[in-house]
Amino acid sequence: MSTPTVRLWHLYPREMNIYADRGNIAVLRGRLRRRGLDLELREGRPGEPAPGGGADLVYLGGGQDRDQLNVAADLIATKATDLHALLGGGAVGLFVCGGYQLAGHRYRTAAGATVEGLGVLDIETTAGADRLIGDIVLTSDLRPAPGRLVGYENHAGRTTLGGGAKALGRVVEGHGNNGRDRTEGAVANRTVGTYLHGPLLPKNPWLADLLLGWALEHRYGRSFDLEPLEDRLEQAAHSAAVARANRRR
Amino acid sequence: MRCVGRLAEMIAASAGALSRATGRGGGTSLPGMVLNRLDPGALRRLGGGLGGGAVYISATNGKTTTARLLSACLRADGRDVTANAAGANLASGVTAALLARKRSRRATGRARRRGRGRGHGETTGCGGIGVFEVDEAALSEIAGALQPRAVVLMNLFRDQLDRYGELEAITERWSDLARSHSLGPATTLVLNADDPALAHIGADLNVVLFGIDDPAVGRRELPHAADTVRCGSCGGPLSHDLVTVGHLGHWRCDGCGLRRPEPHISARRVRLDGLDHLELTIAGMNGPGGADLEVVAGLGGLHNAYNVTAAIATAAALDVPAEAIGEGIAGVQAAFGRAEQVSLDGRTLRLLLAKNPTGANENIRCLLAEPAPLNLLVVLNDRTADGRDPSWIWDVDYEPLWDRIGSVTLAGDRCWELALRFSYGGLDPARFQVRESLPDALDSAVAATPPGGVLYALPTYTALLDLRAELVRRGATHDFWQET
Repeated sequence: MSTPTVRLWHLYPREMNIYADRGNIAVLRGRLRRRGLDLELREGRPGEPAPGGGADLVYLGGGQDRDQLNVAADLIATKATDLHALLGGGAVGLFVCGGYQLAGHRYRTAAGATVEGLGVLDIETTAGADRLIGDIVLTSDLRPAPGRLVGYENHAGRTTLGGGAKALGRVVEGHGNNGRDRTEGAVANRTVGTYLHGPLLPKNPWLADLLLGWALEHRYGRSFDLEPLEDRLEQAAHSAAVARANRRR
Repeated sequence: MRCVGRLAEMIAASAGALSRATGRGGGTSLPGMVLNRLDPGALRRLGGGLGGGAVYISATNGKTTTARLLSACLRADGRDVTANAAGANLASGVTAALLARKRSRRATGRARRRGRGRGHGETTGCGGIGVFEVDEAALSEIAGALQPRAVVLMNLFRDQLDRYGELEAITERWSDLARSHSLGPATTLVLNADDPALAHIGADLNVVLFGIDDPAVGRRELPHAADTVRCGSCGGPLSHDLVTVGHLGHWRCDGCGLRRPEPHISARRVRLDGLDHLELTIAGMNGPGGADLEVVAGLGGLHNAYNVTAAIATAAALDVPAEAIGEGIAGVQAAFGRAEQVSLDGRTLRLLLAKNPTGANENIRCLLAEPAPLNLLVVLNDRTADGRDPSWIWDVDYEPLWDRIGSVTLAGDRCWELALRFSYGGLDPARFQVRESLPDALDSAVAATPPGGVLYALPTYTALLDLRAELVRRGATHDFWQET
């Protein structure tokens, strides 16, 4: 039998990579390979539809404002239909920072313009007057307690959740979606959106494994028991980030 | 009013002396901070004493070194240069430098009047030129307070996103500055033709463009951490015939036809040789078709080829003769932490400041030209001056080092993030050691380096300061503010 492989469709890696999104991809690949599994990476460039044969995991990272606007138009024009079909059919989506905003219904810029989003998450975002910046710690229900996630946030957008999405986590330290309601990120089925970078996955390996398990299940139609990995470095970095956030309160 | 200004200056100068005496720092910014607070017009007033005007040098990478190079050229031409200390590049640092100049002149004047200083060349006239490295985000404020004779804008790379915001924000501020009244008809704008974010921002101004024109250096592909990859005019993707450093190079937009302008001053030939030597053939010094200038610098790497070319373009715009330029450039040693060399326990320590992806990539490119096996000490801090967001290490291309590594020690506030970066980048964790304490890390890294060998340290900004403080404690070097 050939090596079980997750097909990752990485959207706009050239345009949307400002907060080290490459680190998330490295962790997805690394954690599969450490278990003898593999990752097949397909880049989603401007103008291109979904790769033939589909994808099990879709990733969209953050970009500069101007790149994000360019990408938003292309996303709607060339990829929205494929993305709705994929994510509606059980594929996994991870949308980070600017990508998280684009996954929602719309984004209202500081200048008052409205940018249409994908609408794969029931959220809306409006630009705020200042940026919400700093270390952030969450507790998430996606995993039994402690379900903790750590990262860094840096966003002007204030995001609010609609009834069709639940928060990825509750803010313990930091700002979260909008600095008001203590929610952070959004989850609907297997689509996850978040402002956490740093990047997100290296210090939160349990989330990486959850996404990879879902992606393998999507591809092979059965659940995979991903064997636990020796995560000494990951845990040390995670703990250091929590300590860092606490000290800066 | 005059009295208030004098009193404020005395208080400010005492604050600096106190800072040094108590070991809190070099006192390179504090007097200026105090003075700007007490007397908001101080920068303009003190700067008015510079008959030769002020030159501001700003960039993500290369400010300190380029300021040193330009100062050396001007001094070789016999000019009286006032410069700010390395890193003291906010309004406070510029004010502090001007204050120190005024006070030393007053002391010289007094001594002369008492008949002790006779015969020394120092004049108390209104000559003098200021050469100031200026923080990217502080440039508009400083130029608004003290109109410059020249502004040198060298590059913009992703750096400290938590503090500066995204690059577009700084590019916009710099464009606004170029259009504002802060730059007059007498201001020369020295711009890097190879950076698409900067090449065209000087529209109606007196512009000198510089660039690198040697097709033998650089590469064909953009690195991962390339930033300005879209056209500033139409938003279309840029193509490159030559990529030098980060997104710098010979760029063009296939959509609207905007392209790299022909530089006035260009490095036609670049010869790189290790961490301490490079040679350039500079064209355009004597107008189109004029004789080339050959320069040798005691600095290494393609990023320094840019620093040297920028300094030469600016010096030429300030009418420094070619001979003085060559002499000035040749005499410059690396600034503190820029490939600085320190002896420790029978090893040679090289300090290579690495504070953002492009800077780190250039250091790595230099290391790959050094003899293997390489012994490395990488130190990542996440304090304000480093940028609090440690994400950027994932944009650095460390991977080419793996085949050439002898030992790796990881340290700093965020040493475990480095450990993840290196292990997910493909380096077996058995091949590196992580040390949370910097003195321990230095001990371990030195122990892992064979006697007589070289240990290359790649620290972030505050990590460099910590590392140097530790080296001073061990008697291996002196405090950075003792540099001239």
